[in-house]
Amino acid sequence: MALRIEHVSKSFGSLQALIDVDLEFPHGQLICLLGPSGCGKTTLLRCIAGLETPTGGRIRLDGEDLTGTPAHKRNFGMVFQSLALFPHLSVGDNIVYGLRIRGVDQAACRQRAAELLELVRLPGVADRPVAQLSGGQRQRVAIARALALNPKLFLLDEPLSALDAKLREAMQVELRLLQRRLGISTIVVTHDQREAMTMADIVVVMDHGRVQQVASPLDTYRSPSNAFVADFIGISNLVPGTLSGADTVLVDGRPIRVARLPERLADGARVILLVRPEEVHVRSAQVDGENHLSGEVSFVRDLGASVEITVRCGEQQLLAVTTPRERPRIEIGDPVAVELPAAACVVLPS
Amino acid sequence: MTREVPAPAADDARVPGDFALAPPTSISFREHLWLIYPAVMLVVFFIVPFGIMVAVSFFHRVEGAFYEPAFELANYARFISPFFGRALAFSVWISALAAAIVVAVAFPFTYCLTRMRRAAQVRFLVFILAVLSLSEVIIGFSWSTLLSRTAGVSNLLAFVGLLDQPAAWTPSFGALLVGLCYLGFPYAVLVLYPALSRLDPELPEASRMLGASPLRTFFSVVVPVLRRSIISALILVFVFNLGAFLLPQVLGRPEHWTLSVLITDQAIFQSNIPFAAAMAIFLMVVCLALVALTLAFGQQRRAAP
Repeated sequence: MALRIEHVSKSFGSLQALIDVDLEFPHGQLICLLGPSGCGKTTLLRCIAGLETPTGGRIRLDGEDLTGTPAHKRNFGMVFQSLALFPHLSVGDNIVYGLRIRGVDQAACRQRAAELLELVRLPGVADRPVAQLSGGQRQRVAIARALALNPKLFLLDEPLSALDAKLREAMQVELRLLQRRLGISTIVVTHDQREAMTMADIVVVMDHGRVQQVASPLDTYRSPSNAFVADFIGISNLVPGTLSGADTVLVDGRPIRVARLPERLADGARVILLVRPEEVHVRSAQVDGENHLSGEVSFVRDLGASVEITVRCGEQQLLAVTTPRERPRIEIGDPVAVELPAAACVVLPS
Repeated sequence: MTREVPAPAADDARVPGDFALAPPTSISFREHLWLIYPAVMLVVFFIVPFGIMVAVSFFHRVEGAFYEPAFELANYARFISPFFGRALAFSVWISALAAAIVVAVAFPFTYCLTRMRRAAQVRFLVFILAVLSLSEVIIGFSWSTLLSRTAGVSNLLAFVGLLDQPAAWTPSFGALLVGLCYLGFPYAVLVLYPALSRLDPELPEASRMLGASPLRTFFSVVVPVLRRSIISALILVFVFNLGAFLLPQVLGRPEHWTLSVLITDQAIFQSNIPFAAAMAIFLMVVCLALVALTLAFGQQRRAAP
């Protein structure tokens, strides 16, 4: 294991920003620290960078204890949220700033700047002032600058948040491809779950200073460890229910059979049933079958590419997403049956 | 200095494309009516007094009386002498030196100040503002006491054993320099504070991540990024020092008297208002020239990569 975060905690006065964070990351992977604002993800990144000192715990890279090493001696590349390009330097001088500090000569600096600008697909701008670049171009320059010293670890703090939605999606793909090409161990902080799903090998979901789940993006989506993760990653139907027997959850008194149950849950325990909207089937007639709930359509949002149907079943609002081709012929107020397939039901502790 | 006023948007219902035909004056006059107020203030409180001073500088002094209207260059001719030349050179030298020392001390101080907790910052700023409210007289005499042989800090140092015996440190060049620095310091902090507190904290952090030590970061990122504010502070403290006429008399020897002291002397004690006016105008012209030079230097450094 390359990067080891051992029981790290950090508090600012009475605020507990990180509580006993214990993680291990292998080399060459892209890790996303994901969570809502204030969850501690940026604090964790800053602790890894050396810009904050943990209140407790240790940080090791390849066994070497880095906890007390100042930021400028760690040789990690970092892209900041504000990008933090030096306004008094040209693009090229920004990129080779770290090389200059290490005493690399002018000619080698120029060559390395050209190389890096080529790498981020922004050739020929080395002599321009930073102020003349667009948002996307600045982004690329910040990435090039962070990679200039061949860092042992590449850290990015909400790197794409300043870009518009379209450019952001394109940059996510580009950043991921760049990371794979270089094979560099990378940690990205983001609050955007789509960004995490696009780029990450491993997603670390955080909330209130604690790690909620560490898994591959698809695993966090398909088997979230708790209701917070389920709600934060993608759109979810979270239905409260009661465990009854080996494979059944009672929802409003109706039995819903589930394919798998978590261990350590006693019969009669309060649980939360998670069903993703794309797994929910809405049938136009009041069919009474296994895992069916009856309800009434409360809204239909036809987005063209997909159709979102909201159904009220007793106390619950359930969301179903379907394709236009499979859309049942229904209007608001129609009585319908909603099927929650057993294979798609995930039981979470309440 | 004139500020660019944005062109007023056409507010009448003109057809797009025919604006070239419409006379723009009628609207713009009404919209700029408020400018009369600052213009009147500027004329009454600046241009008229300054005009009087310029006029008086050419008047003829009547010995034993006041002056009479005339046009003579004698007042200007008079201070083209080694004595006044030395006084001017000394004024510029000590003002510039004090400005450089003040900014060199105030800049790192303010940088540390902006990195403190909010409450601590407010406490410091209130203290600095309080120092600002002290008059030059009080500051001058306080320093004169502190640096004196009879009651000064040298007694303390002698008591501790760092000095053999108490020493008189005033009047002297050093005492004057200390006084001017003390006077200028709060102004420098107040000019630097807004710029330093707006500095993106990620800029120095980015520098540190690229391998620069905190000290190196300070000189290769913080100082160059805030060069404009540093130049502003330098100019302000310099001009402010140039006008000090009390401290040189309290803390300096006669050879440390600046041009401002001589102007005061001529205006108040010799009743030679025309000569004082001529010197004041000359000092102002020199001062403006130096400021222009400094600004030009700043611009050039910016243009160069």
